[in-house]
Amino acid sequence: MKIPLTYVWRNMVKRRLTTTLTAGGMALVVFVFATVLMMRAGLEQTLADTGSPANIVAIRKGAQTEVQSGVYRADAAIIESDPNVALDGKGQRLASREVDVLISLPRRGSGQKSNVVVRGTGAAGLAIRPQVHVIAGRLFRPGSSEVMVGRSIAEGFAGVQIGSTLRFGRRDWLVVGEFDAGRTGFNSEVWGDTEQMMQAFRRISYSAVVFRMQEPDSYVATIARLDGDQRLSAEYKRETQFYADQSKAMSTFIGWLGIALSIVFSLGAIIGAMITMYAAVSNRVGEIGALRALGFPRRSVMTAFLAESLALSLVGGVAGLVPASFMQLLSVSTMNFQTFSELAFSFTLTPGIVLASLIFALVMGLVGGFLPAVRASRMKIVDALRAA
Amino acid sequence: MLGFLINMALKNALRHRLRACLTLAGLTIAILAFGLLSTVVTAWYAGADAASDKRLVTRSAISLAFSLPISYAEQIRAVDGVTSVAWANWFGGVYINERNFFPQFGVSAASYLPLYPEFVLDEAQKATFLRDRQGCVAGRKLAARYGWKVGDTIPIRGSIYPGTYNFVLRGIYTGRDADTNEEQFFFHWELLNERIKKIYPKRGDSTGVFVVGIKDAGDAALVSQRIDAMYHNSVAETLTETEKSFQLGFVAMLSTVVLAIQVVSYVVIVIIMAVMANTMAMAARERTSEYATLKALGFAPSIVGWLILLESVLLCVVGGALGIAATFPAVWVFRHLLDGIFPTFNVATGTLWQQAAGALVISLVAAAVPMWQSMRVRIVDGLRAVG
Repeated sequence: MKIPLTYVWRNMVKRRLTTTLTAGGMALVVFVFATVLMMRAGLEQTLADTGSPANIVAIRKGAQTEVQSGVYRADAAIIESDPNVALDGKGQRLASREVDVLISLPRRGSGQKSNVVVRGTGAAGLAIRPQVHVIAGRLFRPGSSEVMVGRSIAEGFAGVQIGSTLRFGRRDWLVVGEFDAGRTGFNSEVWGDTEQMMQAFRRISYSAVVFRMQEPDSYVATIARLDGDQRLSAEYKRETQFYADQSKAMSTFIGWLGIALSIVFSLGAIIGAMITMYAAVSNRVGEIGALRALGFPRRSVMTAFLAESLALSLVGGVAGLVPASFMQLLSVSTMNFQTFSELAFSFTLTPGIVLASLIFALVMGLVGGFLPAVRASRMKIVDALRAA
Repeated sequence: MLGFLINMALKNALRHRLRACLTLAGLTIAILAFGLLSTVVTAWYAGADAASDKRLVTRSAISLAFSLPISYAEQIRAVDGVTSVAWANWFGGVYINERNFFPQFGVSAASYLPLYPEFVLDEAQKATFLRDRQGCVAGRKLAARYGWKVGDTIPIRGSIYPGTYNFVLRGIYTGRDADTNEEQFFFHWELLNERIKKIYPKRGDSTGVFVVGIKDAGDAALVSQRIDAMYHNSVAETLTETEKSFQLGFVAMLSTVVLAIQVVSYVVIVIIMAVMANTMAMAARERTSEYATLKALGFAPSIVGWLILLESVLLCVVGGALGIAATFPAVWVFRHLLDGIFPTFNVATGTLWQQAAGALVISLVAAAVPMWQSMRVRIVDGLRAVG
């Protein structure tokens, strides 16, 4: 025989203040838990979406990022002549020679300087990254000192609006456009013409060569062929893998921080649930006696109290997830310490995170409610009835 | 009267032993967590706090990724107010694998070490290091982490500068102050320069930053201006700032992370505030009739309020004290767990005050609603109330 759930529900409604406070504590823990997971998911998704599986990035062997790398003109020409490099409609090779440098720009508001990637690219670079769309102004003109800025840069940094100039490499670069590349790392970059950047920064080598494959499925063979070429000392990665690797350190850091915080904070919330449930049991000794006298078995009493604790935590879990889901409207901009440059990403709520947060809340309720429920179920009928 | 109140409050607090213990445990954990998170924030700023105000850092105005020609050293040395110039170049190499991260710098050893008196190095070790071009010097903590002894060969694979470099450990420095970074690794810039010239004939003879020693800390801004003015509109423009603001620049780049940790450390206080408020609300609810009786006996409503407040404060004082006391061993454990992430990890005095203030605020907020309700309730209603 089971105790009806309405009994559980009414108890919670009756003691509104206590219910609110306990569930509120849990809600905060779930909120922190969910936002940290969302932050990590957002970061990983942003860097995973930045690359395309059909593109290959070539950087100097041993370099971990494009900024550290150097690929000489002669080497770039050899890489571009690989048979698996795709051609566009006009028969041009879809391979982009790129220069990546860091410049420091002041953040909007605080004015604190942060490192921003400036990418020199060209028509091929735009063709192999179809996710890049100009949303205001126009594209930079090849062979000119013009640049366009990514959306996150336009929003987060000062002095980068269309019409203003950026000073670096002994030149003034005119901002002529703003582009949006969806949820990708390109949004945190400034793009201009490769050869102009080479001149301005007095470089003799490119940072990377990125090309689109004719047959993306044969990327293993392509990489093996390039690796086998004795003239080259570069290493090759699919663009997706290349960017995913750049988020590893940061996402591990966020992950550990999140786990540590969640464990410590959940201890507080579990204690809160325990206090509430012990009080619920001791306030209702008489009722428990009556229930048992009516013939409800020990197990039903225990279930009822556990159900109350679980319901409390579920309310807390949902109450924590609602504000967490609004965090999706915000985006974070911080330095990725692997690339030493600014990266903007948004909190991303996935079904997995919703599920994990609710399970986390229920586990808190279960742990917090277990001992009080055992105490309730162990009471002797006579003692319980007399105590009331 | 106060003694009587405290006595009563104490007895009240201990009426539900289990609840009191659980609440105390919660408070201790929260105050401890708050302390640890504040210490993490302090650790971010450790580099800036340890910076000397008699050192300036000159770097490329574009960004740290660009280097400056080494010929600048002599020109900067001639600037009015400058006493000495040294330079350091970030190496960013990998020891065994990417996980073993620690900062490595190629430095102009003979001029660099005198600029950093806080790195204490045995004179004999210093002399052998200066003589050996393959030599390197590591901080005490770093050497301990990898079990290096003087004379060991340390192979490091370059990521910015290709090739493997076999350094010979010639000395281990210790920190003069508690916040001195003992996780750094120095070797001869000359060695790096030779290798760069060999691989890239057109590069070399450049460095990432110049460290400039100045005569008078008060002249920092003026000397910085003088240096930067010399290179204005040149191929490699410079940006000179005090070592402190140079270090703060790094913190600023990660300011979002620091802000998130700060926000979260206040969240834990709010969480435990909810738990504590719950404890007080339940206690006051159970004792409604007792408080009514006190009022019926002629005690002023304020006495009832004081009773509740004192009970809350007592719990928080004990919980807060336990939390603060536990912070020290916890920080000690974390310092070893986080070895290598934060070069220094110490509890700041400010953190302790914040913890104490946090506990006090929790007690006041938690007691507020129950106080107000119990003081307001009419004697008749209170006596009639059932738990």
